[in-house]
Amino acid sequence: MFVANIGKYFMFLGSLFTNRESFSTYFKLTIEECQLIGINSIVLVAIVSSFMGAVTTLQTAFNLVNPLIPDYVISLVVRDMTILELAPTIIALIFAGKVGSSMASGLGTMRITEQIDALEVMGINSSSYLVLPKVLASVLMYPLLVILAGILSMVGGYLVGVFAGIISPSDYIYGIRFDFNQFTVLFALIKSFVFAFLVSTISSYKGFYTSGGALEVGIASTQAVTTSVIAILFADYFLAQLLL
Amino acid sequence: MIEIENIYKSFDGKTVLNGISGKFEQGKTNLILGASGTGKSVLLKCIVGLTQPDQGNIYYDSREFTTASKDLKIEIRREIGMLFQGGALFDSKNVQENVMFPLDVLTKMPLDEKLDRVNFCLRRVGLEDTNSKMPSEISGGMKKRVGIARAIVNSSKYLFCDEPNSGLDPQTSILIDNLIKEITEEYSITTVVVTHDMNSVMEIGDNIMFLHKGDKLWEGNNQNIVHSDVEELNNFVFANKMMRSLKEKS
Repeated sequence: MFVANIGKYFMFLGSLFTNRESFSTYFKLTIEECQLIGINSIVLVAIVSSFMGAVTTLQTAFNLVNPLIPDYVISLVVRDMTILELAPTIIALIFAGKVGSSMASGLGTMRITEQIDALEVMGINSSSYLVLPKVLASVLMYPLLVILAGILSMVGGYLVGVFAGIISPSDYIYGIRFDFNQFTVLFALIKSFVFAFLVSTISSYKGFYTSGGALEVGIASTQAVTTSVIAILFADYFLAQLLL
Repeated sequence: MIEIENIYKSFDGKTVLNGISGKFEQGKTNLILGASGTGKSVLLKCIVGLTQPDQGNIYYDSREFTTASKDLKIEIRREIGMLFQGGALFDSKNVQENVMFPLDVLTKMPLDEKLDRVNFCLRRVGLEDTNSKMPSEISGGMKKRVGIARAIVNSSKYLFCDEPNSGLDPQTSILIDNLIKEITEEYSITTVVVTHDMNSVMEIGDNIMFLHKGDKLWEGNNQNIVHSDVEELNNFVFANKMMRSLKEKS
């Protein structure tokens, strides 16, 4: 069953690139999806990432009780945790919950109300027409959300650190800049591309092959989030093993 | 004209269609009639290619469809218009965008020509001034009419309707039935309607195929259906007491 599903998933991916419509059709749809997937996620990502940075600062400071460890280590830890893990991975889990479930339920509803059949009868490759713009928009927008999350997380950490008197502004900035490895940013962006692809394709796959009624749409939506989250965690491990 | 030859279809070992053959003529309203669960919708889905039959051939004006190349299948499908049971309108688009959709995706027509065509089709189904309404803002009957407008907007050669009267009151049902018949004759379309509604049969049934448990038991028209000697068909047609007593009196 699992192997059959994997095979069906790869065939589904293949179908996205066959019998495509015109470039202008995809361009328009992709821009619309960028709005839905990217722009509409900014507020949630901003809130989550700001608090993520703030809490990381507080907890790191709480654990660094040795007076021999300089204060700037707090922001150094915040920086590395944010770039390497929190921004790409935790935001991906949020992304799976918000965008993935929306994709699965949207496509599932289209399936059970015969809207997908209507596209097929018109001679349109429904998987390509409906899913490819979502995948493209996710892959385009999610890395931007991760960059935003990374910046806001460090800003959140700064605000809490400075206003709570945990760390001075100059120490925080010093720690952020100390021994910075640029590859970590590239690594975060590679992860964000992979996670965006996984969330969008898995969620679309689950929604696209929904059958039944409203109950099954709910189940497909839940499965989309669960499977996406598991795939993100596996991919996170493999990418860390492979690239770090 | 559409011809089907020996269509077989099973699901999990259960035969749903058992060697169905028949012809659906151009310019006529062809009905596939039968009780619920007799395989009518499966047959329709096989004909339009949404389900692959296990065996058999389907010809669209002598062009074989089941084993056709991908390109030919797309070419034939672009000549098909279909009215789904629930209308299958795109929720995120308004009436005008729904009707214009096939033109947007399948043609390179300029916008003003597309608008003219959409307005013509909406007028044809009696829905002027509804262009900006969303599917959630219109009634079931209006959804069906928008579905018909979308099905004919691309000058389809073949029109398929899956239970066009389901969920509609008798008056609106007759309106939809007559609209389908008028459009069929006006544009000389090959129309196939799946139904279990006897009002539709009597109103528009130029050519009727009766299915029972996956078998084709009878073929005829609305003039001779009441004189059939097929027991299953009579049980279906004269299902209620009033109809039975009328038949006995005649």
